[in-house]
Amino acid sequence: MSKSPAPEITAAPGVIRSSNLTSGGGHGWFASGSWSLFAVRRGGRFAGSVVALVTVAFLMLQLIPGDPARASLGPTASIEAVALRRHELGLDQSLVLQYLQFWRGLLTGQPGDSISLRVPVADVIASRFPATAQLALLTLAVVLVLAIPLGLLAAAMTRGGRRRGIELGFNSTAGFFAVIPEFLLGVGLIYVFAVSFHVFPVAGQSGPLSYVLPVAALSIGSTAALARIVRSEALGVLEQDYLRTARAKRMPPLRVYLRHALPNLMTSTLTIAGLFLGSLIAGTVLVETIFAWPGLGTTIVSSILTKDYPLAQTLVVVYGGIVLLINLLVDVLLAVLDPRSTIKES
Amino acid sequence: MASQSARRWASALLSPTGIAAVLGLAVVAVAAVLGPIIWGERASATDLLALSQPPTPEHLFGTDAAGRDVLARTLVATRLSVLMALAASGFGIVAGVLFGLLPGVLPARAGRFVVAVFNFAIAFPGLLITIFLSVIFGQGSLGAVLAIGLSIVPAYARLTHTLASSVDGRDFVAAARILGVGKSKVVFRHILPNIAGPLIVNASVTVGGALIAFASLSFLGLGVQPPEFDWGRMLSEGLGRIFVNPATALAPGIAVVLAGITFTLAGETIARATGVNPGPSSRLRPWRFAKILANDATAVAAQNAGTADKVLSVRNLRVAVPTDAGWFEPVKGISFSVARGELVGMVGESGSGKSLSCMAAAGLVEYPLRVCADLVEFDGVPLLQGERRPPGSSGRKIQRLLGTRLAMVFQDPMSSLNPALKVGTQVAEPGFLHGGLSRRAAWAKAVRRLEDVKIPLATKRAHQHPHELSGGMRQRVMIAMGLMGSPALIIADEPTTALDVTVQREVLSVLNDVHNDTGAAILMISHDMAVVTGLCTRVLVMYQGQLVEDLPTAELLAGKARHPYTRALLAAVPDMDTDRSLPMPTIAEGMDFSAGPSARGEELEEVLS
Repeated sequence: MSKSPAPEITAAPGVIRSSNLTSGGGHGWFASGSWSLFAVRRGGRFAGSVVALVTVAFLMLQLIPGDPARASLGPTASIEAVALRRHELGLDQSLVLQYLQFWRGLLTGQPGDSISLRVPVADVIASRFPATAQLALLTLAVVLVLAIPLGLLAAAMTRGGRRRGIELGFNSTAGFFAVIPEFLLGVGLIYVFAVSFHVFPVAGQSGPLSYVLPVAALSIGSTAALARIVRSEALGVLEQDYLRTARAKRMPPLRVYLRHALPNLMTSTLTIAGLFLGSLIAGTVLVETIFAWPGLGTTIVSSILTKDYPLAQTLVVVYGGIVLLINLLVDVLLAVLDPRSTIKES
Repeated sequence: MASQSARRWASALLSPTGIAAVLGLAVVAVAAVLGPIIWGERASATDLLALSQPPTPEHLFGTDAAGRDVLARTLVATRLSVLMALAASGFGIVAGVLFGLLPGVLPARAGRFVVAVFNFAIAFPGLLITIFLSVIFGQGSLGAVLAIGLSIVPAYARLTHTLASSVDGRDFVAAARILGVGKSKVVFRHILPNIAGPLIVNASVTVGGALIAFASLSFLGLGVQPPEFDWGRMLSEGLGRIFVNPATALAPGIAVVLAGITFTLAGETIARATGVNPGPSSRLRPWRFAKILANDATAVAAQNAGTADKVLSVRNLRVAVPTDAGWFEPVKGISFSVARGELVGMVGESGSGKSLSCMAAAGLVEYPLRVCADLVEFDGVPLLQGERRPPGSSGRKIQRLLGTRLAMVFQDPMSSLNPALKVGTQVAEPGFLHGGLSRRAAWAKAVRRLEDVKIPLATKRAHQHPHELSGGMRQRVMIAMGLMGSPALIIADEPTTALDVTVQREVLSVLNDVHNDTGAAILMISHDMAVVTGLCTRVLVMYQGQLVEDLPTAELLAGKARHPYTRALLAAVPDMDTDRSLPMPTIAEGMDFSAGPSARGEELEEVLS
């Protein structure tokens, strides 16, 4: 589900209306008032979302049917062991106290110990986070660098219904790769490049070559999907009157596309790329499992399988927090790039 | 109506996509229903003599670690994989639709809370939600169905809410409300049926997505647990043995991809059949235009003889537009010319082809429209002969010529300037692209040009973006842009239509000043007789793709127009003597003037109503 069908553009909340369009104020829209309003509003929403996320992660333990302590130890464990585990998990305290302690753990950076690994959860996350971050950021870079030019090129070649053949080829190729789940792609890549041809290592994080297959597995589908979206957005921009003006100036086609069309694509592309980064984070969980990548993804899966609830709970907060943070960053970036965006706050 | 929708279904199902979708669905259905019956035994039969075997004729995809046939297992797994996907999608879609309709039924405040809840949930990727939920529900097929089903809810609720909101404002919903129909009845009787199309289309895509989600979850070991098996489980077992026997991972992998693609294609087919997303239109036969008269050099030379004093000569210009019914010609072979320094106006009702003719002459008409002419010549250089530029001419030279000698001013200055680029950059561009100036020199020249068109504080304005300028100022920026070169002709396509009356006058006077200062000819397109007769010395009248009148303004005003349409047009212009107690004269809808000048002028009274 990491590539959910065509993500709708969530209303970017950069509500900064250009109040004084024709004033000579140069950067009229840069008036501090609208910026602080934006900061308060967006920051408030972020804070609200974080509180909701932490609460949901906390409730996760409470919602497990039956006794989580019993569930984590299995049916054969002694009653004493279960009681001890209940105490370890803090389940013998009142709900309110548990909730407050969960918050304290997160805020002080000491959310307790991992049950299965017997080390502080914070240490596990600190040692595993960089590998996941590298994977995700590298993939995002690859996706952006490939998808935007590809989509723009496809749009330029097929605008106004030109070259139906290329349009069909592009759409079906991109559609095909966008449908293939990244874990299948990963398995296929391992088979071809690691098992058959021994070009790249099969698994693990060891040197630059070991990044190639995981990044490829993660980026191919997203690149295809984003390129498709960039193309359809670009087709819209290429129909605009101001591109007719650009053509009327008889400039080289490359300048028309790169200087006149591309900047007008960035807002929507960025919004969508933000959504992709979110689903990319989810994709890392699968790809890390395939390539035995020493990141957070393998950790969250094993924590669930070993019923290591403190670790799983904290990782849910970490993953959710990353997604919320990405959304926040995208919104801020959009507000900076396109300050006159009047997209309504939902 | 019924036959039309039947035809749409037929054409959608008979398209390559439709055929592939139907075939794929049939295969999936057969495998799901019959798979366990036919191959069930074979799938669980362990062959201790053939553990982890590579593909053999007996076991096409080899055997797994327990010696079971991988192909049979893949086919048998279809039922569980598809059933789980259908169950989760069904649950998720129904819950999502109900949840999405809830804000319409609840009081406003509660409705907003519901929207906030699914907006919060939708921020997280489906797989993360699924993993989170699988902690709560535990591992196993039921837990997986619940987890994936629930992860579908937010996206579907959001889709339903968005669609419902878009329908909510329509008249029939408002009417139902006024008639006192209850909230929930409005939602279920009036809104839901109108958004069903996109919801159904998405359902098919959702099933495909759920299929892949189950495979992912089982692949991670969080879904189906042994001894049950689905495609994801088999894949994860196969990955462990990829060195020994890659085929064991191959078979379930192919199954997941094919099933996923099948449901996507099915969604596309339904979208086409229900008209949610129409497919590509049918191909047209190539446009056949009348034989080009002059192709040999002597004829061209003969034609050129009379064009030395012309800045623009157009002979038999035709434009064709593809429509569902075939090629339509909005410009049906017109010829006109503009002398150097002349002020020419082109009038006609909307759709008469005046704008298209000028765009075609300027080479700005794009695919899929087609242009052909016996000759289009600008500034002494032939641009178009037949459907392309004359043989032997240099495309780059022509572009440079047009970039420096031909200026264009478009109708809507709001949309004609690039919102992402600074005004100065846009004005300066022709300077450094065609004029050989450095960027800095071009910028300085751009500022001077902005001053020339009377833009106050030009230095500062150049650094602003178009949205910071008023409409009249933007139109003057367009004119300044044309002045970067040394224009021989300015084609102004309804330059004042989008502006209010006082600003119109300013823009016209700027155009007039430019004409006086540079000697540039102006070809002004307008539907406003007063504007044209005020500025221009000669008027061209277009009617239904043809040029019906070409005469000096003075003669036009003296009542010497020959064509009845021109006379009707002229009579419709009010002046100071017009009796304002009477309704303004208009040209009656559906009047046909195509009979041409032979129609008698006395009929004018009948023409005007």
